[in-house]
Amino acid sequence: MAKRVRSMQDFDFRGTALSADEFSKGKVITTTGEPHAEYAWDCGPAISRYLEELRNGRLIARWCKRCNRTMLPPRMFCELCWCPTTEWRFVRDTGIVNTFSLCNITWDMKPLKTPQIPAVIEIDGASAGMGIMHLIGGCDPRKVRIGMKVKAVWKPAAEREGAITDILHFTPA
Amino acid sequence: MGMRRVAVIGAGMTRFVRRAKETPKELSFEATRMALDSCEMTRDDIDCVVHGTAPDAFDGVHMKAEYLCDGSGGVGKPYTRNYVGGGTGVFAPIQGWYHIASGMFDTCLVVCEEKMSSCQPHPQGAFLTIFDHTTERALGPNLLWIFALEMNRYMQTHGITLEEIAAVSVQNKGNALDHPCAQLGKKTTVKEVLESEVLAWPVHREMVSPTSDGAVALVLASEEVARRATPKPVWIDGVGWTLDTAYWCTRDLYYPRYVETAARMAYDMAGITEPDRQIDIAEPYDPFAYKMLHHMEGLMLCGKGQAPKLVADGVTARHGRLPCCPSGGLLGVGNPIAAAGLMKIAELFWQLRGEAGKRQVPGTPRKGVAQAWGDLMQVGTVVVMGA
Amino acid sequence: MPRRVAIIGVGATVPRPVTPELSYRELIHEAAVRAYEEAGVEPREIGTFMPCTEDFYEGISISDEYSNDQLGAVLKPVHTIGGDGIHGIATAYMQIATGLFDTAVVEAHSKASNVLTPHHIMNYAMDPVLNRPLGENPLYVAGLEMSRFMHESGATSEECAWVVVKNRRNALSNPNGAFGAKVTVHDVLSGPAAFCPLGALEMAPPSDAAFVVVLAAEDRLPARAASPVWIRGVGWSNDSPTLETRSWARALYAEAAAQRAYRMAGIRNPARDIDCFEIDDTFSYKELQHLEALGICDRGEAGKRTARGETEIDGATPVNASGGSLGCGHMLDATGLFRTVECVRQLRGEAGQVQVKDAKTALAFGWRGVPTTSGACVVLGA
Repeated sequence: MAKRVRSMQDFDFRGTALSADEFSKGKVITTTGEPHAEYAWDCGPAISRYLEELRNGRLIARWCKRCNRTMLPPRMFCELCWCPTTEWRFVRDTGIVNTFSLCNITWDMKPLKTPQIPAVIEIDGASAGMGIMHLIGGCDPRKVRIGMKVKAVWKPAAEREGAITDILHFTPA
Repeated sequence: MGMRRVAVIGAGMTRFVRRAKETPKELSFEATRMALDSCEMTRDDIDCVVHGTAPDAFDGVHMKAEYLCDGSGGVGKPYTRNYVGGGTGVFAPIQGWYHIASGMFDTCLVVCEEKMSSCQPHPQGAFLTIFDHTTERALGPNLLWIFALEMNRYMQTHGITLEEIAAVSVQNKGNALDHPCAQLGKKTTVKEVLESEVLAWPVHREMVSPTSDGAVALVLASEEVARRATPKPVWIDGVGWTLDTAYWCTRDLYYPRYVETAARMAYDMAGITEPDRQIDIAEPYDPFAYKMLHHMEGLMLCGKGQAPKLVADGVTARHGRLPCCPSGGLLGVGNPIAAAGLMKIAELFWQLRGEAGKRQVPGTPRKGVAQAWGDLMQVGTVVVMGA
Repeated sequence: MPRRVAIIGVGATVPRPVTPELSYRELIHEAAVRAYEEAGVEPREIGTFMPCTEDFYEGISISDEYSNDQLGAVLKPVHTIGGDGIHGIATAYMQIATGLFDTAVVEAHSKASNVLTPHHIMNYAMDPVLNRPLGENPLYVAGLEMSRFMHESGATSEECAWVVVKNRRNALSNPNGAFGAKVTVHDVLSGPAAFCPLGALEMAPPSDAAFVVVLAAEDRLPARAASPVWIRGVGWSNDSPTLETRSWARALYAEAAAQRAYRMAGIRNPARDIDCFEIDDTFSYKELQHLEALGICDRGEAGKRTARGETEIDGATPVNASGGSLGCGHMLDATGLFRTVECVRQLRGEAGQVQVKDAKTALAFGWRGVPTTSGACVVLGA
């Protein structure tokens, strides 16, 4: 027995839109709460060494013998051939801009006075196309281009803490 | 090999709104109820339930799908959550598909819900922790960065202009005017889009889908049940999904190979060899304007770098040769993450049944493809559907 | 009927309270290497992958992003299940049964030691309006459930304590038993109070570990695979998520899950037809409640039979010969996969000092913990 076909036109769609006003002036009832989620992530051998060398003002990679890839950030196994990586290799703290953006807002949509310039930077000495995400600074944002050569600007040695932010930003080389 | 056929036989959705009065459970319930009503079924007719929902941080509940279980009709039933970030909405029907195609079940409810407005002060907060906790998060990245980086690379590689990308916003927001659930349907122009605020160059405000609350649900059935339940089942002809490496900075972002590999899997299963000719209607994922173009290319509906021309020539318009996002897409209907992906499947369901009302594409579309993307430019999820 | 599906390789790291020397990536990689070695496959030969986890366990929003590199699954079909590892096994079974894939991998892991605020996160799983404001540590839910279970089933505090004594003693003989110990019923009952009637020693402590399981269709078993352990039945179910409407005394989710698995496996009398059981024992009373829900003991009998030693390794119905969660630790959503792997070792006769004699059929059952009513069950056969 075939049933009657009811198409979307037969329905009144549910879902009640609230205006910003109704919400902010408390015309609807809400409860609030915050997650207290705290973590201490184990970094493992590859990333621990990466962070230690950042503190030393150097970038270090791992080399996969089978793929002949020098990989950044370093990793103990190659995700492509899935073999253990075999060697540590220092790479340079210079590179070229693979892509970038001029970001004018914060995550919660508040305007920034000067734009942040996130970029993917292909690091010299790592395999082709091997990039890391970082920031570009110390230059006119309008001058940033894909393919531009950049170099790392490090925090003073005494202020480094073994974090990706030990590089303040990359700047035109 | 004789694989068990699976059909969509019912669909339901809520309006997509900036802030919904309803709770997450109530949104799930309303969509689920409509989906069941649309094929005159009750919860008793349902063998199992799958739930798709994106980060727990939106609704503000850990193990969110467990919490939503009663709203989605899952109490007392086999119930499982799937989770592939933004790709979740198009993955959920794939999960429903394998529940039935396995031979274990005959009917499955597929529900997707997102209530992003619960996340204060801004839902973007949920995206702050998507980046690697040790090597990336310290830089303070926000979600827009990764889209802007990908968009810039895509534009630079092919020499694509901002005007060409803005045309996608114009098309999809215009299409959404005809969707009864749409949040942002409007008539706009390329000029207006380009005059909107630059959030993270090259991304302009009017090229970004909104944050939304909403839910969508489908009823899936085996061939035997489907033929009893409705004269117009819509078949799931092909499914595909793949996940690229998390090391996203080591890939050239100009091309979504994660979509291509998923599309190839789905097309193989559906027997589609020439997608640009055999697909009548497409719902590529469009959370950002350039993403629709990017994904059309990944879906092999055109060559690399060719998608902007199809939009400019009107090919992707509702009355064009290959309508893309006739629903209005995420740019126009709204983007409650997982629900937005499932909305695309619901749109194909209505279009392939000829029930899409003012949005109906002309002719008798026989084959549709819907796709979503997720994670750090990583996941492709693709479903091919046939009348 | 669907294709027969077997487990052809398992890989695990030894559960431990902390694993500071490895990141989650390396921990999972280690388990995967072992599993693929047993299965005689390379990751590129595998059809589909199912990691099981939730964001707040990882401290990563959209945590499925980081799920595939360590499995060798780049650009492969990979999708995360927000469920217990046994939900993952059921999913892998279904995907192979469709005919779309011949092989599948299920992964689950715990870096519980990296989660500094576990009870706050558990509280974040509670209904945000009705329950969450009531307290910071929602393990009181276990106390409520234990009270009602004891009230209706007649189980005593001593009987619950026997579960702890047995499981921690079993763990002493298991290399995976991070919390093996000789404790007495008196020790358990006189230990610190927690969520009365639940005592502090009746709660499984957290541990870190990673598990990877490889499955394959009968018609496509790799030539070099370990001897297959067959998936005979799978079942999973949820009860009501709300505290106000759920069953407190009976684990209805376990009853429904088991009925499905038994129907599929053709099991009429689980206590007779199944030789060993690895079932959820997150809390002492949970083992008893689940024994009854799974139909292994009649209602009201689980405590008595445990106290009589019938669930010991050499008893009539050996339960948690591995030491279970009380003896090896609770491993978040990996706990079900831990139990599955222990069953596989039993059926292969590789369980060493905790080997159950002539184990031909085994059952693993996982529960997702407070405040869920979500459980999954798998029946395995040699």
